[in-house]
Amino acid sequence: MATSPVSAIRTERLTAAYGDLRAVYEVSLELAPNRVHALIGPSGCGKSTFLRTLNRLHEETPGAWVEGRVLILGEDVYAPGVSPMPLRRRVGMVFQKPTPFPFMSIAQNVAAGLVAEKGLSKADVADRVEESLRRAALWDEVKDRLDADARGLSGGQQQRLCIARTIAPRPTIVLLDEPTASLDPQGTQRIEELVFELKREFTIIIVTHNMQQAARVADTTSFFYMGAMVEHGETSQIFTAPVDSRTKDYVTGRFG
Amino acid sequence: MMDPRARRRAKSRVMVALMGVTVVVAMLPLILILASLVLRGAQSLSPEFFVNRPAPVGELGGGVAHAILGTLMIVGTAALVAVPVGIAAGLYASEYRGTRMAQLTRFVADVLNGTPSIVVGILAWTWVVAVQGHFSAAAGSFALGLLMLPMVMRTTEELIKLVPNELRESALALGYPRWRTTFVVLRTALPGIVTGTLLAVARVSGETAPLLFTALGSEYFSFDLDRPMAALPLVVFKYATGPYPEWHQLAWTASLVLILVVFLLGVAARLATRQRL
Amino acid sequence: MNPRRRLSGGGRGDTVFKALLFLAASTIPALLIALVIELTRGARQAIDRFGAGFIFGSGWDPVAGTFGAWPAVFGTLLTSALALLLAVPLALGVAIYLTEFAPMRIRRPVATMIELLAAIPSVVYGLWGIFVMIPFLRTWVYPVLEARLGFLPFFAGPVYGPSVLSASLILTVMIIPFIMSVSREVLLAVPPGQREAALALGATRWEAVSTVIVPYAKSGILGAVILGLGRALGETMAVTMLIGNRHEIAASLFAPGYSMAAVIANEFADAAGGPLHESALIYLALILFGVTVIVNGAARLMIWRVARRGGAT
Repeated sequence: MATSPVSAIRTERLTAAYGDLRAVYEVSLELAPNRVHALIGPSGCGKSTFLRTLNRLHEETPGAWVEGRVLILGEDVYAPGVSPMPLRRRVGMVFQKPTPFPFMSIAQNVAAGLVAEKGLSKADVADRVEESLRRAALWDEVKDRLDADARGLSGGQQQRLCIARTIAPRPTIVLLDEPTASLDPQGTQRIEELVFELKREFTIIIVTHNMQQAARVADTTSFFYMGAMVEHGETSQIFTAPVDSRTKDYVTGRFG
Repeated sequence: MMDPRARRRAKSRVMVALMGVTVVVAMLPLILILASLVLRGAQSLSPEFFVNRPAPVGELGGGVAHAILGTLMIVGTAALVAVPVGIAAGLYASEYRGTRMAQLTRFVADVLNGTPSIVVGILAWTWVVAVQGHFSAAAGSFALGLLMLPMVMRTTEELIKLVPNELRESALALGYPRWRTTFVVLRTALPGIVTGTLLAVARVSGETAPLLFTALGSEYFSFDLDRPMAALPLVVFKYATGPYPEWHQLAWTASLVLILVVFLLGVAARLATRQRL
Repeated sequence: MNPRRRLSGGGRGDTVFKALLFLAASTIPALLIALVIELTRGARQAIDRFGAGFIFGSGWDPVAGTFGAWPAVFGTLLTSALALLLAVPLALGVAIYLTEFAPMRIRRPVATMIELLAAIPSVVYGLWGIFVMIPFLRTWVYPVLEARLGFLPFFAGPVYGPSVLSASLILTVMIIPFIMSVSREVLLAVPPGQREAALALGATRWEAVSTVIVPYAKSGILGAVILGLGRALGETMAVTMLIGNRHEIAASLFAPGYSMAAVIANEFADAAGGPLHESALIYLALILFGVTVIVNGAARLMIWRVARRGGAT
């Protein structure tokens, strides 16, 4: 049963909660492939929780549950019997704080996501590592020390390493949860440039509390407020001509 | 007559000084004990002390080589089983934190850690010595292993809890199954776990009571786990409470060796944590 | 529309993994249960023979087959109580000094030295006790005490080196580091705002500690003390080597005595009185075990309560 091939992700009345606390309430959203989509909103509005339902990370918290449908490339990922692990190889995620795996080299870190892929020779893995590091704009800086411990890199480099690690398994969709929040302005800029490049290969969903960042990198923007998705549209429209008054208050800095 | 303010301040200074005195009083035994060990123990410290078996009663010389070997064998065997099981138990208690078994295990481990070691020795005696009909080093290892188990478990659990959640989530987000994720977390916490384990080994190496009726002690050099075996703390006990002055001297030296072993393990433990980047 | 569903993440490898870890974790409660069962089983013969009267009976004669544990029980309680009495003020003093008043530079080194005290094996304490502490006390301290306070039954002669008092003193030294380190953790958990508020209201440093900080940490400190008690009750080797090993109760602290753990340590390997003797010793172990479990359990609960409160602020 195929749905519109135009959307990479589609949610239908998605509700996500922890126990009695509903963090996301009946969100229906459609996101096109090979675009950058930003999710913005004040703290606690549910944008991160929503993001985490897309790769089924949400349910790893005890007591968490969802209602509704999430369709990734037409498939309902919450259908009974669907395992989250293959899904997570198709939908990658980068977190706010860089998380290189300790006691593993740079190359081992990048290859970490490839362990489950069958039929890869050592040469294939090495190629994939190089390809991912190039795509993450890190190759030139680390090519001579691929065996060094990953924690020797700077914050910005570590985050690009995490991006390389995430894209090495060649996912279709990449989720970014406030990826530049712990970086300095140079690091932030490099990541934003990277995002622009990456959308050629991947669909990118980025959660950010920095509106200027959303305006810079995103094609579409969705504004979340108190668990509901209030407004969604082209980024330029959201920021210059928001329809909902709450959106307008937020983007003009009235609150949040 | 002082005004009340000044009186209170004077009182404060007196109390603070008094508490400083308690520190000196409390540290006095440590200094005295270490001084005694070095002064009296070093007298007989010679290479032959480490290499020889004890001399016949009344003769000078002799050593505790059999006891050093015995301690290594008994404690080593105990660690071989207790450490992996303890780490696995600690992993369960932290990865499946909310379950009843995790909470129960945590509480019971704390209670067991406070149980007198001689009581655990009796359990080892009941299950090994009484069943086999003879004392053995294996029974001693069993007792020491039982002592180490809750120690290692609690250490592992506390250290795994310290690993930031984002690291676990990064592993999950790569599509890792639960067990592979746990290994990444374990790898991260490993230096601290090694430290805790070495400290547990150090503590258990000094235990005497549970060995009194399991490994029993011996005069001979042996690798046989199925027979009684010597151990450093047992040697100290036997020689300290024996009638011969030569034995008393040996007890001091054996104690010095024992302390050195315990302290060296402690130093190794701290080094393990220092290793992280 | 999918209804609300509990989701599970795992594959088959995960179930096996979880099962293995569960098995490992279960060994710990299993160990506790094993202790209870085996100690009771081993003590059964003595329990059937002597019942609860065992605890209060005097007269321990392996040859005749009569076993009364009271001297050992009493000795355990007395030495532990004395040790606690002496250790608590010292340990608390050190803990408070280190957390509140000591200059920063000496805090870590002193704390480490106290930890070293905790690492010394019991048998080494015993050795030092026999050949250094007792001769010293016997020469310089006990005669003075007997001369000055001998009118009290507690300090009446004859004066022995190995005695209840000697055992209590070594026990004091041994439990100080333990009580100190737990108290220190408890005190460090007190929110700094409490101290600052007291000082801002004009309290002296001592007053801030005695009227605000210590009361706040009260139940945690009580827990530390009770943990120290638990330690003292179970301490075996040093006590065995210093208490004189006599199945008797005397009023004087200078007289030899016995403790439950010491009896087991001395007699178990070679129980001359046969199976009944062995069973009586295991009965002792069962009592010792029960007492320490209760004491430690209570202490843990108290400390856990303070930890919860401190974190909630």
